[in-house]
Amino acid sequence: MNKPVEGNTQVGLSAETLARIDALVEQYPTKASALMPSIWAIHDELGYVPPAGVDALVEKLEVTRARVHEVLSFFTMYRTEPQAENVLQVCHNISCHIMGARNIIAHMEKKLGIRLGETTPDGKFALEGAECLGACGHGPCLQRGKHLYEYLTTEKVDDLLDNLRKGEVPRADTDRELED
Amino acid sequence: MSTNDNQILSRRFGRKDGHKLSVYESEGGYSALRMVLSGMKPDEVREVVKESGLRGRGGAGFPTGVKWGFVPEGAEEVYFFVNADESEPGTFKDRYCLDYDPHMTIEGTIISSFATRSKLAFIYIRGEFGWLIDRVQKAVDEAYAAGYLGQNILGSGYDLDLIVHKGAGAYICGEETGLINSVEGRKGQPSIKPPFPAVAGFLGKPTIVNNVESVATVPWIMNNGAEAYKAFGTEKSCGTKLWSVSGPVKNPGVYEIPLGLPFREFFHDYLGGMADGEELKAVIVGGSSVPVLPAAEIMNCNLDYESLQQAGTMLGSGGMIIIPQSADMVELIQVLMHFYFDESCGQCTPCREGTGWLHKIVKKLRRGEGTPEDIDLLEHVCNGMAGLTICPLADAAVMPMRSFIDKFRPEFEALIQETATTGPQTRWPRGEQE
Ligand SMILES: Cc1cc2nc3c(=O)[nH]c(=O)nc-3n(C[C@H](O)[C@H](O)[C@H](O)COP(=O)(O)O)c2cc1C
Ligand code: SF4
Ligand code: FES
Repeated sequence: MNKPVEGNTQVGLSAETLARIDALVEQYPTKASALMPSIWAIHDELGYVPPAGVDALVEKLEVTRARVHEVLSFFTMYRTEPQAENVLQVCHNISCHIMGARNIIAHMEKKLGIRLGETTPDGKFALEGAECLGACGHGPCLQRGKHLYEYLTTEKVDDLLDNLRKGEVPRADTDRELED
Repeated sequence: MSTNDNQILSRRFGRKDGHKLSVYESEGGYSALRMVLSGMKPDEVREVVKESGLRGRGGAGFPTGVKWGFVPEGAEEVYFFVNADESEPGTFKDRYCLDYDPHMTIEGTIISSFATRSKLAFIYIRGEFGWLIDRVQKAVDEAYAAGYLGQNILGSGYDLDLIVHKGAGAYICGEETGLINSVEGRKGQPSIKPPFPAVAGFLGKPTIVNNVESVATVPWIMNNGAEAYKAFGTEKSCGTKLWSVSGPVKNPGVYEIPLGLPFREFFHDYLGGMADGEELKAVIVGGSSVPVLPAAEIMNCNLDYESLQQAGTMLGSGGMIIIPQSADMVELIQVLMHFYFDESCGQCTPCREGTGWLHKIVKKLRRGEGTPEDIDLLEHVCNGMAGLTICPLADAAVMPMRSFIDKFRPEFEALIQETATTGPQTRWPRGEQE
């Protein structure tokens, strides 16, 4: 982990992201305390933290390189390599397990032709296991980006995968209808 | 969704408009803050909360007002953290509070920060709740615009800033010192207590960490008084509690009920009993880290701190996991041991190695390579973990492990016996290997 990946060394941060980090440093009480949100700012732009991102964090937050790597590797949601187009994380903890999460995972493995933890060769899908996602009474569930798909059945998963394959993102359960 | 006779926390659950400031205000929102800031002293607010008997809803059940009182007299720099890391398996109640009614938690945060003399507060939301973080941030922005946050709030001279902080996928950051350390820009590993955060926490300064549900209750208490709150619940377990219920019952979801309600009544009247074709085998009543109770035992319990402790378990976070007869208890404990092994932060040897061994031994049983001595070995490993570590995560793994053996030993024995003749086999019937 955290080794510069071929090609990634060319990836830089936009001026906007750099400005966001400056603003976070202002907002948080110490520079170092802006580390987590600054990593998220880089994620928001690129989906992962490239070596140039680490450089920017070291410089702007005045923390050691070791500390940045320490935090990057401690948290499961931080990534240091480009991610698949659709990272699908299926909860396999106790409540979802009771409600059939293993069947859902098996079904997705078959449908995608990969095992849990793998990415499809075209880079479209990565299938990951997740610990409890805080949707236990709505399980089985999976996370994609900012949203959760809940009450999963094999049919619902089929529909989700078919749509994502076509580049369409179906409305997630957490994206509920709101009055403005 | 929820049935609620006792709507302190859940009035707006399930609604499409509960997140709006205008709706919250029109239903009495921010009136408690107005009252507090028009003349009350921080200590007076603290006394009301203490008097109400409110106990922390994050798991430990420590009296909220008493905790606030640990901030040293005259401390100038104090921080207030709202714990919305909600990662305890089986728990999904704080999410409802923030999703359906973010302003109630924000108002509670402002009053709690005032009571503890904090000038900067954080709401630490687990990273997986991406949509929720956006919703809460929007509500915080609205609260700033309305003058409830920032400089000189409502003309009172009180200043407070509130930062919505996004976690990044670590169960251990729900532990208060792990949470604080991670916001300092370090690994989220817990620190030894004492010193307690109330004395030396964030940046070495006095810091109070409270669960979302605890904080969200504060405005109601200020509006209605300590006595009104105590009218709900039992003598020592005051007020109402949110229960998040998962598993094959007819109506899973989040419910607000007065503490002390008999489980039997809750199960039949609110949850509608088991889903068709299922039978109740056991319940993990307070999130995955508390001891499991077989159906016959839980059926005679009341849902409050004391009764559950007497029954040998804990109220915990109120994450109620319903286990059906069809479930294989050895399989379920494998799922849980995988979780604790995965989430151990690794700094204490008994926890790092112990969770690893528990997971390994259970896996061995499930592969069909177990021997009767392995059950003793599991207990032996547990004895080397409980109470011996920096934070309670090791105990959180031991409690389910021990109780699964205690209450369901015949299932462990039957598996060992059955596979002694059939020999090793892969026993993860569906999906994944681990
Ligand atoms: C491993 C572990 C995980 C925890 N996770 C949470 C959590 O997700 N949310 C929470 O409010 N408290 C959690 N706690 C409890 C906190 O340390 C702390 O006691 C709580 O936030 C205090 O708030 P309260 O007094 O309002 O309950 C956890 C504790 C441990 C040991
Ligand atoms: S008990 Fe486990 S999780 Fe807690 S500090 Fe020690 S190693 Fe980390
Ligand atoms: S166990 Fe799957 S979301 Fe909680």
